[in-house]
Amino acid sequence: MTLGGIDIVMLIASMMVAATPILLAATGEMVAEKSGVLNLGVEGMMIMGAIGGFAAAVATGSPVIGFLAAAVAGAVMALLFAFLTLRLLSNQVATGLALTLFGLGLSALLGQGMQGIKPPATMKLPFGPLTDLPVLGPIVFGHDWVVYLSLALVMAVRWFLRHARGGLILRAVGENPEAAHALGYPVVRVRMMALAFGGALAGLGGAYLSLVRVPQWTEGMTAGAGWIALAIVVFASWKAERVLLGAYLFGGITVLQLRLQAAGVAIPVQILSAAPYLITILVLVVMSARGGRAALAAPAALGRPFHATR
Amino acid sequence: MTDLLRIEGISKSYPGVKANDDVSFTIGAGRIHALLGENGAGKSTLVKMIYGLVRPDNGRMEMRGAPYQPSEPRAARGMGVAMVFQHFSLFNALSVAENVALGMDNPPAMRDLARRIREVSEGYGLPLDPTRIVGDLSAGERQRIEILRCLLQDPKLLIMDEPTSVLTPQEVMILFGTLRQLAAEGTSILYISHKLEEIRSLCGDATILRHGKVVGSCNPRATSARAMAELMVGATLRAPARGASTPGKAALEVSDLTLPATHPFGTTLRGINMTVRQGEVFGIGGVAGNGQDELLLALSGEVRSAAGAVRVLGKPVGDRDVNSRRRAGLVTAPEERLGHAAVPEMSLTENALLSGAVRKGLARRGFIDWNAAQGWAAEIIAAFDVRTRGTATPAGALSGGNLQKFVIGREILQKPAVIIVNQPTWGVDAAAAAFIRQALLDLAAEGAAVVVISQDIDEILEIADSFAALNEGRLSPPRPVAGLTLDQIGLMLGGAHGTQPAEPDALHSAHLASEQEDPHVPT
Amino acid sequence: MFRLEKRPEPSRLWTWGTPVLAVVATMIVGGLLFAAMGKDPLLAIRAIFWDPLFGPNASYFRPQLLVKAGPLILIAIGLSFGFRAAIWNIGAEGQYIIGALAGAGVALAAYPAENPLIFPAMVVAGALGGFLWGLIPALLRVRFGTNEILVSLMLVYVAENILSYMAHGPMKNPQGYGFPGSRNLQQYPSAHNAEVIAGTGLHWGVLTALAAVVLGYVLLNRHLFGFQIRVAGQAPRAARFAGINPNRLAALCLGGSGALAGLAGIFEVSGPGGQITDAFNVGYGFTAIIVAFLGRLHPFGILLAGLLMALTYIGGETAQLVVGLPAAAIQAFQGMLLFFLLAFDLLTHYRIRRRRITA
Repeated sequence: MTLGGIDIVMLIASMMVAATPILLAATGEMVAEKSGVLNLGVEGMMIMGAIGGFAAAVATGSPVIGFLAAAVAGAVMALLFAFLTLRLLSNQVATGLALTLFGLGLSALLGQGMQGIKPPATMKLPFGPLTDLPVLGPIVFGHDWVVYLSLALVMAVRWFLRHARGGLILRAVGENPEAAHALGYPVVRVRMMALAFGGALAGLGGAYLSLVRVPQWTEGMTAGAGWIALAIVVFASWKAERVLLGAYLFGGITVLQLRLQAAGVAIPVQILSAAPYLITILVLVVMSARGGRAALAAPAALGRPFHATR
Repeated sequence: MTDLLRIEGISKSYPGVKANDDVSFTIGAGRIHALLGENGAGKSTLVKMIYGLVRPDNGRMEMRGAPYQPSEPRAARGMGVAMVFQHFSLFNALSVAENVALGMDNPPAMRDLARRIREVSEGYGLPLDPTRIVGDLSAGERQRIEILRCLLQDPKLLIMDEPTSVLTPQEVMILFGTLRQLAAEGTSILYISHKLEEIRSLCGDATILRHGKVVGSCNPRATSARAMAELMVGATLRAPARGASTPGKAALEVSDLTLPATHPFGTTLRGINMTVRQGEVFGIGGVAGNGQDELLLALSGEVRSAAGAVRVLGKPVGDRDVNSRRRAGLVTAPEERLGHAAVPEMSLTENALLSGAVRKGLARRGFIDWNAAQGWAAEIIAAFDVRTRGTATPAGALSGGNLQKFVIGREILQKPAVIIVNQPTWGVDAAAAAFIRQALLDLAAEGAAVVVISQDIDEILEIADSFAALNEGRLSPPRPVAGLTLDQIGLMLGGAHGTQPAEPDALHSAHLASEQEDPHVPT
Repeated sequence: MFRLEKRPEPSRLWTWGTPVLAVVATMIVGGLLFAAMGKDPLLAIRAIFWDPLFGPNASYFRPQLLVKAGPLILIAIGLSFGFRAAIWNIGAEGQYIIGALAGAGVALAAYPAENPLIFPAMVVAGALGGFLWGLIPALLRVRFGTNEILVSLMLVYVAENILSYMAHGPMKNPQGYGFPGSRNLQQYPSAHNAEVIAGTGLHWGVLTALAAVVLGYVLLNRHLFGFQIRVAGQAPRAARFAGINPNRLAALCLGGSGALAGLAGIFEVSGPGGQITDAFNVGYGFTAIIVAFLGRLHPFGILLAGLLMALTYIGGETAQLVVGLPAAAIQAFQGMLLFFLLAFDLLTHYRIRRRRITA
């Protein structure tokens, strides 16, 4: 099935791959924001995951260890942010920016001499003959395990936030930390855990870029993916299933513009490359213009510092 | 009488303040015990220690004879202590059932919980729908959630911190019924308040705190309100004096002011009409959350409306901004001192400039005359007896009463034609409150129109000439304060705008009945 | 255990003590990091902070200090106003690019005419370009409530693509032998932002930055605008009470900082940069965020912080030569500096006390 010289099945399959880094990062960030903390350092955590995962996978020859290392790297970055904003009460916006700038710099430093290396290939799940099915094969059964993991994580987060006691506490902390504190819930600890989870997922997303999607290490390779993940959380109104939708839509746009570039469409390459960012802005505008009830979805305490005084 | 909780020699200090100093008293089982004191007397700190939120520096507590040292609220709850906070610890975006679940240590599954909420709430005359989103509920309903949270834990001691400040008189009666029922079932209640009449009708014992110390205990039913008040305040009280006023021409006219709510859980103002004459004090009563903030914002110009909806001395200003209205002679003092009426981190000079720049000419072509601004701040400090080190002190470092005097003084000294104040004496000690009320009366005597929005009915009765009630964004027609009874006020606050005062008792009970059936429909 | 206690007013000592402390801590931790990479830490720190000013090649590096500090200060002054009002323009990099493109566009359109008005026209166009690019997030925020952080950042990537498009397309030098990139404005006298005093690095952009520092100081401390900015940042509701229009403030802050970033862009492309290329922008717009915070959002502080950051840029180059420190190390170094600053800032607003242990 082709359309304008583009194979639709392959487009959908590669859309899922293109969306996975953002899906992971956005899901993690959504959990962090649900606890009331705005971490603008997603980009920094992703790129640290990208280099951490890449270095570990190359050193051990195991992509699994690479992804684990990436999750740890992302979580460590997030805990740094958590320590500053939750314990030292620094400004969340400024600290998030610092995390991004620091991550970009440190990853470039750590990545010295890693350019041009090819990482070990990430395993595809062995679905056997199912993989050869027309249409369904490439789309449903043709992916590496991280794609399935990311989908499972979205579902798990959705369940957790809706039905688990821990999810209820998380939402309560993000909604009214003073009240949660008064009821005896450990606001800072809950937020630390949410941030660490968000960092781990951002790290996984970064590693997916350097180990699967590209796959190699280049400086600044996240190229705004972390910021787009932040925008997707807004687009999704802090709902897991809509994060999935947003990430896949975005992945689709990215892949489509790449295919159009490859197909030699008579549009300047730069306009195509700028398209995902422009569409992100458009989506943000549409979401915010809805206002009213949509604004309710945002955790009420998002970005507000919390300090238990008396 | 068996003792439930015995408190012995409890002390707690914060930097610069001794919040509790050697406090001892005992709460009997099944008793309703009042803890009485002014704002800042140390009541909140004391109950936070009982609830495990704060640890005492010294002293000991015993629960049924055994040592009681809760390290956190969970431990307190485990020992059967439950607390309803003054500022609700509720989560607006969550449902009633979720809010209740958060207040329990081992909540049942959501479906079972919802069923129990219905059962228990109806059993105690406090009906609640577990699926509703809390942000959409009235203050009275929100308090029910807090109470329900406690009841589902089957508490031995229920602490209630200023529970009636957000309730209409009718809702207060329902609450008292519930509390009496609980006490009869053997639950002890520690009831914190500074409202003496309430305590006299509800409580069997009372402990009175002043400056962190126990200054007395009594049987409130056998003690006069005046005697308790003097114990509480530590001085004899003087009612404000007012000169004879002869209302002049209309200074503030509001006609058909209608404004949609500006935020999701806000109140819509619906067709507000009022006229305030020169020299008149116009009191607006109402339970919190019925549009007080919205009304102040609409009058101050922070939210704009149709030009003709607000007139100052006949001039339409409804579509004008805050400073144009100040120029026209209308000034305001919002309820929230820190963050709205004043910037906590900024000096008093800067805070004096905040609203005074226009009428006091403190800036020329946009450039600030800091000397003049400092002089203006010093003038306010001197005239209103603001206790502070100087004009460079940040507003946040002042005590509540001193900052309120500064904020009100800043507006009064601008010699406005119209002044609107919201909760002018909220959280202020009695001396400062008396000072502020007197200053407002003096301003009216000089010919200004004064609008006092307050949830403290006593305050309005004390200083206002006319009274109107806000209910769900509607303002009742005003009535002269002279001759107004508490029952009539209660009906106005509850939203009964009827003018037939013939049989207040019948109306009263009819209103109560409808209130119980469906609390959302104003009668 | 320690306990935090909010100070009634920010400590003056620590307001200015924390940046110094942050620089020292960054030197120590950065030194450890360099040591871990097998570089001599003392030599590296010396190469970064000492050699550019007093080392053997100082005469080459010293003018570079002003060249690098100029745009950083100019942009950071603009950002500081918004940051004080909690209006977060983090897209200065994009406004810098658009300013350069707008100004260079004027020059390239006028080429090869010589006229003393060309350079002023370029400057105006550059400021206008940055202003308009900065106004986009402002308008979206005011009109729809869209988050200006994300929009301004997204617009950086859009601007970078426009830059690339211009360098490869409309602005490509017809006599450039097919290489991407515009004509070199340094070779076009009417458009060249030459040094005012030769050999010092002092070009018109640096003078503008200095003027912005003074003007910024006056606005912030003597003018109602600065007062309104501070009120809006510290207490948004009090700002409304004071009669401040938040929409107007957002437009002024975002547009104004955009204009300053645009100015930095046009002075750079017409001076030290010379031409529009793919790699024209080097991250001044992002580093300026660090400069703004490091300078405590205060104009004179920003002046000092801008010079310090410029020093690390140049020091990074010398360290590359002397100890073979990778270029990326400086970026990590700068990020670390901001981290330490934010962490130590606690001391400005809080007292740290020992928690008394009670039985």
